[in-house]
Amino acid sequence: MTRPTPETLAHRANPATVAAAAAPAVASPVPTSGAGALVRSLEALGVEVAFGIPGGAILPAYDPLYDSKVRHILVRHEQGAGHAATGYAQATGKVGVCIATSGPGATNLVTPIADAYMDSVPIVAITGQVARPAIGTDAFQEADIQGITLPITKHNFLVQNAEELPRILAEAFHLAATGRPGPVLVDIPKDVLQAPTTFAWPPTLDLPGYRPTLHPHGKQIREAARLIAQARRPILYVGGGVLKAGATDGLRKLAELTGIPVVTTLMALGAFPDSHPQHLGMPGMHGTVPAVYALQKSDLLITLGARFDDRVTGKLDSFAPDAKVVHADIDPAEIGKNRHADVPIVGDARHVIDELIAAVSATAGGAAQYESWWATLNELRERYPLGYEEPTDGSLAPQYVIERIGELVGPDAIYVAGVGQHQMWASQFIKYEKPGTWLNSGGAGTMGYAVPAAMGAKVGRPDTAVWAIDGDGCFQMTNQELATCALEGIPVKIAVINNGNLGMVRQWQTLFYDGRYSNTELGTHKHRIPDFVKLAEALGCIGLRCESKADVDKIIQQAMEINDAPVVIDFTVGKDAMVWPMVAAGTSNDEIMFARDVRPSFDEDDL
Amino acid sequence: MNKHTLSVLVENKPGVLARVSGLFSRRSFNIDSLAVGETENPDVSRITIVVNADSSPLEQVTKQLNKLVNVLKIVELDPQQSVQRELLLVKVRADRAQRSQVLETVELFRAKVIDVAPDTLTIEATGNPDKLDALLRDLEPYGIKEMVQSGLVAIGRGSRSITTGPALRAA
Repeated sequence: MTRPTPETLAHRANPATVAAAAAPAVASPVPTSGAGALVRSLEALGVEVAFGIPGGAILPAYDPLYDSKVRHILVRHEQGAGHAATGYAQATGKVGVCIATSGPGATNLVTPIADAYMDSVPIVAITGQVARPAIGTDAFQEADIQGITLPITKHNFLVQNAEELPRILAEAFHLAATGRPGPVLVDIPKDVLQAPTTFAWPPTLDLPGYRPTLHPHGKQIREAARLIAQARRPILYVGGGVLKAGATDGLRKLAELTGIPVVTTLMALGAFPDSHPQHLGMPGMHGTVPAVYALQKSDLLITLGARFDDRVTGKLDSFAPDAKVVHADIDPAEIGKNRHADVPIVGDARHVIDELIAAVSATAGGAAQYESWWATLNELRERYPLGYEEPTDGSLAPQYVIERIGELVGPDAIYVAGVGQHQMWASQFIKYEKPGTWLNSGGAGTMGYAVPAAMGAKVGRPDTAVWAIDGDGCFQMTNQELATCALEGIPVKIAVINNGNLGMVRQWQTLFYDGRYSNTELGTHKHRIPDFVKLAEALGCIGLRCESKADVDKIIQQAMEINDAPVVIDFTVGKDAMVWPMVAAGTSNDEIMFARDVRPSFDEDDL
Repeated sequence: MNKHTLSVLVENKPGVLARVSGLFSRRSFNIDSLAVGETENPDVSRITIVVNADSSPLEQVTKQLNKLVNVLKIVELDPQQSVQRELLLVKVRADRAQRSQVLETVELFRAKVIDVAPDTLTIEATGNPDKLDALLRDLEPYGIKEMVQSGLVAIGRGSRSITTGPALRAA
């Protein structure tokens, strides 16, 4: 174990973030450059921090940024900037900002932008572009990033004149943060950044085609309340929209008032306390048996900010076959996209939930009115709890490691997962009690998300412990950002659940490809390449290793005591552990497997 | 599957057509025809799209189009309640022997001859797609050397206008 040198520590910037003060108006236009207008706009929009890397086309912007109160964090790869902006946004609810230059700088942002689009995260990506006269000439470091990101942004802009910059930036932040949040890209040609202009604030937004519906229609709310009053086996099917709307208090109130069981999707963990007796867990491919069963046998899905993703529904035509559907979402296009909605409700989840509470309070009778439904679900909970088997080869169980991290670090920390087995175990074996404590790449499934997203989360909430639960495959995709964390004073904890393999792919090879392990062995066990402890140290972090069950608690505690440097723990775990329960891709939720070759028996007579 | 005519009012800005057409291809919706032009308000363009879709995918198309920030308003035009027209330019083989018969067909369909060469006539016709199909069928035996057709444009019957209303106020 090595600590960073004093020289390294001296380079760390002050992690104190600049408070977002209400921007004072700049009534009479002040002369500046396009770049000056950009940076002043970011300041006026309350931006505390931007993650980025300079380069030729964006270079003019970095000059006024040098004197700005906006903290710029110099990352090591633009993908890291994008995911850090996402992690920051998910942890704080504010808009995350990333900056890249033209061409490859901009294209390196494509993955995090697509990721943020799939998970509806408000980020603004600012990219440099070649000068206007050079656009379309295949100039050096030219890429049509506006065209490339058309399908993966909520909206994007190519700035044509420096005068437009304040308005476009204000529009970009407004679009990113309101309605269904999402990424917005602003591409700025170099000569626009250099052009003389004036800066005035606030600008007038010009978005005549953008009118998100926040308040639900009263008639639809009454219709939903009528169906709720009639239902015998209702379920509150809760998605990430409830977290984004800040509607978790209302959700709890609604659930307790009605006594209806709750399931929270992968994007909604923390929206309803895991410890709450009405919580059945997560539905979907690796959801709990009671949550999957409850959806399948329900007669009414009260869907709040969820989108009937294929990982939740399984084979769509056999999903919840007897259920009527109340579907509330802020995005009308989600309603009826995959599953017909009997009662479509367009609106912000907070307003929808508040109005539902008012509408059902006259008839709601608590859990007692669903006695037989609860009896069935409680029995399933007892018979099919989440669990795992101890490995027989003496190796460390990955689930145990993750469970202990959750137990020792507690429900106030932020947990950030990569993508794969460790992500599913982190969703299953850590107890989420509060909103904003679970970040992951749900829709896009971006391996490499965890390290930079954890960095962004820690920057946004420096007083909260941030633990990344990463895999050895994911970790090798983006660990360069640990250098950023070390230098910038961002003490994240990275638990590498190192099974030496691309674990989830290997699991599928075990189950569906006769154990033919084509290209899933990474060599991090067999050859210890890379040696994660040495790698951590090389990146200015503290590296720890844990190989036995007896050491797990001790090493987690050791990591918890270090607050002046990022910590990487190489948890060397067995490679044969699998994620259960599982609904195999393309099959019906009715075919859920509790463990290998173990199918729960759903007794139809229970209903 | 049924054909539906959508009138899509959009902000007249660069790249908006790419946003609309890109949306159709990436969500695998089929476009039968597409026509775009300015409206009486130079800040607003009107895209007329004919889509071949059942009602539920059509609803998805409309909702996804509405999500585009530059889209101001979408109206589906009922064929019974609207006038729908395409423009056809066609170059037909017409030597001295055939010319009078071709001209008779032109007359019959209230089309126009817009260019003449010793062995061809170039004909302009407007109408709904059925009429233009019928004209082409009649001209086919003489030999069609070249043809070009516009997308469909359509406008509602009666005095009501879709280009007024709160959605378009700011545009």
